Amino acid sequence: MSVVGANYSYWITIVLMVGGMYILIARGNLLKKLLGLAVLQSSVYLLYIAPGKLIGGTAPIIAEGYAVYSNPLPHVLILTAIVVGVATLALGLAIVVRIREAYGSIEEEEILARDRADDDEAR
Amino acid sequence: MSLAACLIIPAAGAALIAACGRRPNVREAISLASAAATFALAVLFTPEVLRGERPRAVLGEMLPGLELVLELEPLGLLFALIASGLWFVSAVYSIGYMRGNREENQTRFYACFALAIGSALGVALAGNLLTLYLFYEALTLITWPLVTHHGDDDARRGGRTYLALLLGSSILFLLPALAITWWQAGTLDFRPGGILAGRVSGWEASGLLALYVFGIGKAALMPIHRWLPAAMVAPTPVSALLHAVAVVKAGVFAVLKVVIYVFGLEFARESFAWLPWVAGLTIVAASVVALRSDNLKRRLAYSTVSQLSYVVLAAAILTPLSVAGAALHIAAHAVGKITLFFAAGAIYTAAHKTEVSELDGIGRRMPWTLAAFGVGALSMIGLPPAAGFVSKWFIVSGALEAGQWLALGVITVSTLLNAGYFLPILYRAFFKASQGAGHGEAPATMVAALVATAALTVLMFFFADLPLALARSLR
Amino acid sequence: MLEHLAALIVVVPLVAAPLIVLVRSRRFAWIATTAASYLSLLFSVQLFWRVATLGPVSYAIGSWAPPWGIEYRVDALSSFVLVAVSLTASFVAPYAQRSIAREVARDRQYLMYAMYCLCLSGLLGIAITGDAFNLFVFLEISSLASYVLVALGPRRQSLMAAYQYMLMGTVGATFYVIGVGLLYLMTGTLNLADMAQRLPGVPDVRPVLVALAFITVGIGLKLALFPLHQWLPNAYAYAPSMATAFLAATATKVSVYVLLRFYFGVFDPARLFEHLPTREVFVALSLAAMVAASLVAVFEQDVKRLFAYSSVAQIGYITLGIGVDNQASLTGSIVHLLNHGVTKGAIFLLLGGVALRAGAAAVRLETLAGLGRRMPLTALGLALAGLSLVGVPGTAGFITKWYLVVGALERGWWWVVAAILASSLIALAYVWRVLEAAYLRPPAASAARGEAPAPMLAAGMAMTALCVYFGFETSFSAGGAADAAALLLRGLR
Repeated sequence: MSVVGANYSYWITIVLMVGGMYILIARGNLLKKLLGLAVLQSSVYLLYIAPGKLIGGTAPIIAEGYAVYSNPLPHVLILTAIVVGVATLALGLAIVVRIREAYGSIEEEEILARDRADDDEAR
Repeated sequence: MSLAACLIIPAAGAALIAACGRRPNVREAISLASAAATFALAVLFTPEVLRGERPRAVLGEMLPGLELVLELEPLGLLFALIASGLWFVSAVYSIGYMRGNREENQTRFYACFALAIGSALGVALAGNLLTLYLFYEALTLITWPLVTHHGDDDARRGGRTYLALLLGSSILFLLPALAITWWQAGTLDFRPGGILAGRVSGWEASGLLALYVFGIGKAALMPIHRWLPAAMVAPTPVSALLHAVAVVKAGVFAVLKVVIYVFGLEFARESFAWLPWVAGLTIVAASVVALRSDNLKRRLAYSTVSQLSYVVLAAAILTPLSVAGAALHIAAHAVGKITLFFAAGAIYTAAHKTEVSELDGIGRRMPWTLAAFGVGALSMIGLPPAAGFVSKWFIVSGALEAGQWLALGVITVSTLLNAGYFLPILYRAFFKASQGAGHGEAPATMVAALVATAALTVLMFFFADLPLALARSLR
Repeated sequence: MLEHLAALIVVVPLVAAPLIVLVRSRRFAWIATTAASYLSLLFSVQLFWRVATLGPVSYAIGSWAPPWGIEYRVDALSSFVLVAVSLTASFVAPYAQRSIAREVARDRQYLMYAMYCLCLSGLLGIAITGDAFNLFVFLEISSLASYVLVALGPRRQSLMAAYQYMLMGTVGATFYVIGVGLLYLMTGTLNLADMAQRLPGVPDVRPVLVALAFITVGIGLKLALFPLHQWLPNAYAYAPSMATAFLAATATKVSVYVLLRFYFGVFDPARLFEHLPTREVFVALSLAAMVAASLVAVFEQDVKRLFAYSSVAQIGYITLGIGVDNQASLTGSIVHLLNHGVTKGAIFLLLGGVALRAGAAAVRLETLAGLGRRMPLTALGLALAGLSLVGVPGTAGFITKWYLVVGALERGWWWVVAAILASSLIALAYVWRVLEAAYLRPPAASAARGEAPAPMLAAGMAMTALCVYFGFETSFSAGGAADAAALLLRGLR
């Protein structure tokens, strides 16, 4: 119990990570794959931020009466990572929209089948 | 006057030929001029080399400690003289052949031809193994368009075998041989006495030798000989100059260089026991195949395979006499075999015949051609008054001196076989009743060329001094 | 000015990108792109020269002293990679104008240039930064830009290729950032050099090992380490010509650089190679790539895919050198970053010209029929660059192969030598198919004659010339790589 209790944020991270990967691999719907990717990325945010927080710590502003500070650096890093994640998701969605326009579907199987049909015609 | 000019002239010639593609006369004049200039240059270097000097030119450093070097030593000079001299003759011959047969893409042909000779000269002048390897591969690649000249299915198949065997063997065997030599000896220079002595053990040397002689596929040691018959799809001037002289001689020349300057005759004695067997087997087996081939060019090709192994066998005997014989045989076989191929091309151009069985009585309509063919055949068999006799004499003397009974036996058997596949052709040509319709000799330039090389074959019997002097100064 | 070189090299293309989007003129876009490419080449050559003469350069971004601030650090390895990337860029940029004009819809062309600038900036940033998280940011800048470059391709398959590339690439980057996170948790620093100093003092090794695994797999995805290469063939085959040439020559190479930097500059190479099966893993995967991917290439009909699979095999050469792990083999690896970049760059640039003349998006082997007569220079260039893939002496590929063979011999690994040579033979087989199509098949009656537009042809041929040049004159390529390899073996730490 103590292993789980003391490190529960890591356990959540791992669950999110594995869950994200699972969705990414197992789903054939391009949109759901993107969601899996987003979940995977969120797990990283948690991985960074959770250890930066000290119980009872405050923002790192030197002032009277405060001795315990949280580490601000992970927050800053993850702000950047979130931006990257949002950009990736936006780009992914844009590509999915274009795929839908070009193929009329967002199911991986159907799209690949259509490409194969195209290839056969070309031969 | 730098050695590099020997490479620059053919390269510049090729560029000019490509530039003058629309004017055949100018193009062929350039071809002749660059051949003559290259030969003249080689001749100019001769006295210097005979005095014992070794002109040297460093072209650049390819890798740290590994330079591209040209260095002229007797063996290389001999090869350079043969290649450039016969280039001129076959340039004359090509004009007749290419026009007579209305071949396509003549500009590409002449340009690649010049580049091929340039690469062969690069092999001849190479001052270390890396340089030799560079030009060796360049020679393979630049002759590929010549082999596939006709562009049909036959050419494609032939070209595939050609490239796969030559490039394949050099990548699989020669490159690692070089790397191992570099790793063990720390140098790839050619040095009198070799660079490997004391650095590798006997059986390692034996394995390394195998990598070298099979990696140098152009020496056509069995079983890496199939590319040579495959290359016969090329126009005859290519077969004559490249696949009887430049390319194959680059192979045996490289083998000789490796034996003399990388292993060293003294060191090689310990590890060469198996080489005479492979060479002897190639000599005999290729002669048997030649005996059974009806196609004239194929017969000549297998004869070449067999004759090349004479050189390897002579090198493997490892006495100064036999090595001199090997060097001489490079020259003697070159003039003899080019004559035979020229004759085959002349027969094809004049009579459109390619098979031996079709040649009945042709000697009466093409007396000059067939007489020259006879001289070439004598040289192949090793009878006086032809150059082949001199080189064989040295090889046999060397074998006697070293007590190599295997070599003696092989030479005897193969001489009989050679007679067995050349003399019937002459018999057919001169004594059987003719069957073909009226045709005369091939165009004059072709006849002139083949008579010239036949004369050279005889002259080399009587005046063997120069090649002998060069061959003797090998140490 | 001079002391800010390290920052400028990244900032110039980074600023060019938004400018291009704002101005939206195709002409301005091309001029800005070309200027940024040449400036980055100028800067990187200067940096290379400075590092070679004066030693490593360290630059504190915003004057925040490392390890607290972000440090840009240029040493023998990173300056070599900088030159390799910007050299390719300087050939691709002049090529881009005509190629993009033909392959991309008019209203999207400026985006192509902007993305190219972002990608260039990201790649240069990866090579120059000394900060693990900053490296992630640049990795994603370059990757996101390259997904867009692929997606702008002329066929609808480009979209799917870009999507898959994006999925695998983002997983790779996420894995990388997980690894960095773990390292940060254990050491409390993101500065690579500082991290290397603190790692030996870390009492608990297990998180460090996990970090190693995440970083290896993450970067392995980015550099298309076999069998993590599935995104590569489609991405290269369906991207616009100029994007294929640029990405094939640079993107995977820079990822290799990241791997080298972590293996030799952060983790302890002695422990990494002696106590973990690193050598075995890398040698096995590399040999599999060299043989399997080459074999796939032999049976491929689409020429761009053929050469894409060849890239997977050639990346195998690079990672093989890491697995063999000695001076000669690492020199081979690093010099191949440049040599293969130049070779593949040349091939894809020339193929772009072929596609343009053929008027088809796909270049199949039939498309090449009679190329030797229709486009003699292009065919010659393809032949020469193809021979460089085989590793014929006198081409850049030979130099690499020589170092790898010597490196394997020094280890006494004969079977590795045999595998290198076998893979060269297979390479000969696929290059042969291209040559045979180009020179021995008669051209189709409808096939257009004439070379590609002059700027495209010139760029392709110049790069081909470079791949011959680096086969003879190796004082920069092999010399620079040898210095970098020595630095790695001394320990970047």
